[in-house]
Amino acid sequence: MRVSDRGPTLRQSVSVGVATGAYGVSFGALAVAAGLTVPQACALSLLMFTGGSQFAFVGVLGAGGSPVAAVATAGLLGVRNGLYGLQMAPLLAAHGPRRLAAAHLTIDESTAVGTAQPTPALRRLGFWATGLAVFALWNATTLAGAVVGDALGDPRRWGLDAAAAAAFLGLLWPRLREGRARAVAAGAVVVAAALTPVAPAGLPVLAAAAVAVVLGWRHGPSRTSRPGVMTQDRS
Amino acid sequence: MTGWTAVLAACALCFALKLGGHLLPERFLSGERVSRVAALVTVALLAALVAVQTLGGGQGSGLGQALAVDARVPALAVAAVALLLRAPFMLVVVLAAGTAAALRATGAVA
Repeated sequence: MRVSDRGPTLRQSVSVGVATGAYGVSFGALAVAAGLTVPQACALSLLMFTGGSQFAFVGVLGAGGSPVAAVATAGLLGVRNGLYGLQMAPLLAAHGPRRLAAAHLTIDESTAVGTAQPTPALRRLGFWATGLAVFALWNATTLAGAVVGDALGDPRRWGLDAAAAAAFLGLLWPRLREGRARAVAAGAVVVAAALTPVAPAGLPVLAAAAVAVVLGWRHGPSRTSRPGVMTQDRS
Repeated sequence: MTGWTAVLAACALCFALKLGGHLLPERFLSGERVSRVAALVTVALLAALVAVQTLGGGQGSGLGQALAVDARVPALAVAAVALLLRAPFMLVVVLAAGTAAALRATGAVA
């Protein structure tokens, strides 16, 4: 493979990496606002390293949910990372420690950029380059955001609670392309809002997931969602 | 469960899911139904988190927390408009935070 062939792939990987990494700042600040320490916020970006689950984890804790509910919600959002792995594994053909690294870097962005490339070699390059770029920047910006967030005082004064809601909306938005997804989203909002006054924090969110299972189980025309929801779709 | 226990448990769970996908034979989840349900579960969770984060009262009294309409609602409306206008993620979040902060600074809204 000539060096010049790699150019477009690498540029995509880097730009996606920079864009994704940049909003690690908001994650770091939100994590601290939710009551986590700076080392805990950094540990999440280092060891969990998947935006949807990370925001969900701190979101449930910040809303007063139990740690068990936070763990469960993060796990439910992590199921799609497993599906990405199913997709990427035959392509990457990694073994031993490399397979562990590949698994850790299997996120929306690395899968999206990887699968978008025209040849198998470039797909592997896109996956690894994007994964590594996001990993480096996401962790650096998480630390920055967490440190700054600690010094901010009351997070409500800075609108950080609204920022968390907006972050979830931003993650949700690209997924609302088809009718069934929108119906599920609407149902989830109703269920969660209805249960919030009467159920322990964290439970309304998990109940909404049950609604999705019920609505999704029946046959019907549907498109599987495309990856790329840590940030907005770039198509 | 202490803070660190929850953090590490969640990290371990997510890594196990990632690794599981890499280790399973491809035909294991060949059904369209599983990927469809997984995608919809993600949608439901994110939508529910938006609802709870926007309307939740914050401090619960043990069982449940009252719904509260405050500066977060107009902030979320601003975020939605920004998303409709295809604004970048960072800008959407900053606009929402700024809207809520500005409204609260006026003292008129909680």
